[in-house]
Amino acid sequence: MTTKSWRETVPGGWITEAGNALEYKTGDWRSEKPVFIPENCINCLFCWVFCPDDAILVEDGKMKGINYDYCKGCGICARECPTKKKALVMEDE
Amino acid sequence: MKQKVTLTGNEAVALAMKQLNPDVVAAYPITPATEIVQIFSTYVNDGLVDTEFVTVESEHSAMSATVAAASAGARAMTATSANGLALMWEIVYIAASNRLPIVMPLVNRALSGPINIHCDHSDAMGVRDSGWIQLWSENSQEAYDNTIQALRIAEHPKIQLPVMVCMDGFIISHAMENLEILPDQVVRDFIGSYTPQKTLFDLENPVTAGPLALTDSYFEFKRSQAEAMLQAKPHILEVAQDFAGVTGHEYGLFESYKLDDAEVGIVVLGSTAGTAKVVVDKLRAQGVKAGLLKPRVYRPFPAQELVQALGHLEALAVMDRADSFNAFAGPVFTDVAAAMYGNDVQTKIINYIYGLGGRDVGLEDIEKVYKHLTRIADTGEVDERLNYLGVRE
Repeated sequence: MTTKSWRETVPGGWITEAGNALEYKTGDWRSEKPVFIPENCINCLFCWVFCPDDAILVEDGKMKGINYDYCKGCGICARECPTKKKALVMEDE
Repeated sequence: MKQKVTLTGNEAVALAMKQLNPDVVAAYPITPATEIVQIFSTYVNDGLVDTEFVTVESEHSAMSATVAAASAGARAMTATSANGLALMWEIVYIAASNRLPIVMPLVNRALSGPINIHCDHSDAMGVRDSGWIQLWSENSQEAYDNTIQALRIAEHPKIQLPVMVCMDGFIISHAMENLEILPDQVVRDFIGSYTPQKTLFDLENPVTAGPLALTDSYFEFKRSQAEAMLQAKPHILEVAQDFAGVTGHEYGLFESYKLDDAEVGIVVLGSTAGTAKVVVDKLRAQGVKAGLLKPRVYRPFPAQELVQALGHLEALAVMDRADSFNAFAGPVFTDVAAAMYGNDVQTKIINYIYGLGGRDVGLEDIEKVYKHLTRIADTGEVDERLNYLGVRE
């Protein structure tokens, strides 16, 4: 949530600073959320590849969970998860 | 230095575009504006300009391509009329909102329906609140001069708004008139080189154009956009002053004709102002204190200045070549009357809707309006506020 006065806005709404999507937490758009089940995960990182935001947390090449500040609940990760017993399943918020 | 030539309005504007030498022109043909970009395309073909000419599949795409080119830092232009402008509508707003200094000649034509290719102002009036600056022209000379000034106005660092240059379809666009033109080099010196404030091609300073802005920021961007329009008037006049220095052609926010001591007056845009001046002269010879005001800068709307110029009149007719179909009055009337009302002026004001779909407006028609005004001035009573001129009853 920005608190800038109109006098401080960049004319025309141009974005002149990189990476400021981080300031905009889109997680509250979500009506369903992906739940990570670590024991089913094979660390293929398909979820990380397919996530249209930046909501899959990865450390040292391993899937670590979901960043719910940004996850909009689109469900792509759960759909693409290739294991027979899914490591990502969607639940209602 | 100046050269006298005989050109149609479209030829004059195409010549101005050649002299402006924009980086990109994206266009789709529509009567009566077609000739502008058709003639311009021959300049491109003959290597007389450095322009990338984009033939698009619709006016929506023409304005989209123009917006994209301007966002990339190009001097970008297009031209259109009526239904073409209507198809651009969504992107017309975006051009202004994104603060892109685009210049677009608009050859005024009636919007459908019924389908009609002739002059009225319904196209321009439809986008009067889109955030574009609107300059209006009485003849080819003014269309040429306005087009050249429009680029400087649009690119002014304090303005950064698109500018629409209006001229009456067929009446100006297709009529041969004498006018003075400038040598190419004089125009190029007048406009100078262009350094965009922001460009998508600046890889050192990457930017995003046209992003989403929701409840927490949209309003602030719109307020900032409104400020650009609020502050534009003095800068438009600076450009006019520079232009007069080069050409001797004087331009203001509007032209007053025999208005100072007038008792009755009309406000009228475009070519009809020329007709009305003849009527003013005739009435003056008969002892009627008639005057005329022709707006040149309609957006930003010069409310205070108009009140100063018109407030002493006993009776005023505001003429609209477009109907608002709002069961009240036409758009120019609504603006002028609101400005006058807010300033506690006692002038009686009436509205005349005229010339729709290219209906000819003769000297006798304008004379009827002045007669009506004289009657109101004599009686102090407004009989009819909303009047239609030249329609068969």
